[in-house]
Amino acid sequence: MNIIVASGKGGTGKTLVAANLAYALSDQKEVLLVDCDVEEPNLHLFFPQGGYELPVTTPVPVFDADRCTGCGRCAEVCRYGAITVLKEPPPLFFEKLCHSCGGCEMSCPEGAIHEEERAIGKIRFSNPRDNIILISGILDEGEVMAPRVIAAAKSYAGGHPTTILDASPGIACPVVEAMQGADYCILVTESTPFGLHDLALAESVTRCLGIPSGVIINRFSEEDDQVTDFCRSKDLPVLMTIPFDREIARIQNTGGLISESMPAYREKFADLFSRVTSAGGFSR
Amino acid sequence: MKVCITSKGPGPDDMMEERFGRAPFFIFFDTEGEEHNAVENPFASGAGGVGPRAAQVLIDNGAKAVVTGNVGGNALGALRAAGISIYFLREPGTVKAAFQQFKDGKLTEAV
Repeated sequence: MNIIVASGKGGTGKTLVAANLAYALSDQKEVLLVDCDVEEPNLHLFFPQGGYELPVTTPVPVFDADRCTGCGRCAEVCRYGAITVLKEPPPLFFEKLCHSCGGCEMSCPEGAIHEEERAIGKIRFSNPRDNIILISGILDEGEVMAPRVIAAAKSYAGGHPTTILDASPGIACPVVEAMQGADYCILVTESTPFGLHDLALAESVTRCLGIPSGVIINRFSEEDDQVTDFCRSKDLPVLMTIPFDREIARIQNTGGLISESMPAYREKFADLFSRVTSAGGFSR
Repeated sequence: MKVCITSKGPGPDDMMEERFGRAPFFIFFDTEGEEHNAVENPFASGAGGVGPRAAQVLIDNGAKAVVTGNVGGNALGALRAAGISIYFLREPGTVKAAFQQFKDGKLTEAV
């Protein structure tokens, strides 16, 4: 069972949900948490860890100036503008624009291009608490190929039976990469116009990908029925509401877990999991 | 010497375009003669990586200098590597007027 926590809008509480859901389940079973917000991973703030790291690399072309004739075929093939062919070989290569498609190597009539691995990030593994394994994808500063690091983090997660993935905000490539293959998506929103606007975008992505989803409304306001109306109109279940509460904010802001400090939430999150598994068509 | 002016349209009476990579047209002038030729920029509305590809258009057309409003980081690297001099002009005006200013030596090369 792969459950992804996504949102559209940033700062709605994805990590709060992922961390507390994992904690609430950890007395029943082992849970694998995967931080897919590789540009700003933060699950480790709730699960301080040592752990160990492995590098993430991506193949990029290397040009052999002696073989290159400057024909320009590689630059024509490159859809990302990563290669500029000058009068004198070798071509100029922009590594940050390269998507590692391999098209330049395949198209070079002189065999003057081969690929070498370039480091763009790392994966950190830790076991911060009993029954909780944390895999964090970390994109190096200044790098842009977030989906590569997310794919690497997910591949290490393998087929663990209880995997909770924390996505990045937005609905761009990194979120789509993180969502691929999920059995259920928990969309976290808040009772604000921005929360609703971005929830609608995120919901459209889960629909495109065919992933069943439900909503958690954080900083929930009884007076704001726009989000609940939206959920009703889209047939999206509201799985949980979390009130705008000073004590929750205090626990969260000190790196604590509400499902640990407030026992009612431990039950709520455990109950959330059983509803999600039955909605995703899985038995516990 | 061939100089390229970034342009909003295909003719020398069109307004100069201040963006380099996303300029709709590149107009090439020869400082030795009167003739010019316009090349439509196929990358004007591209998703990304347009700078180096626009620079490739200038390299392929044999430009030795470019007059534009601004150049992004990747395009700057490509233009510099190709030995194309860059001149910034940040007042609105026609392509023809920009070329005249270049020819009269009124523009200073960006370093």
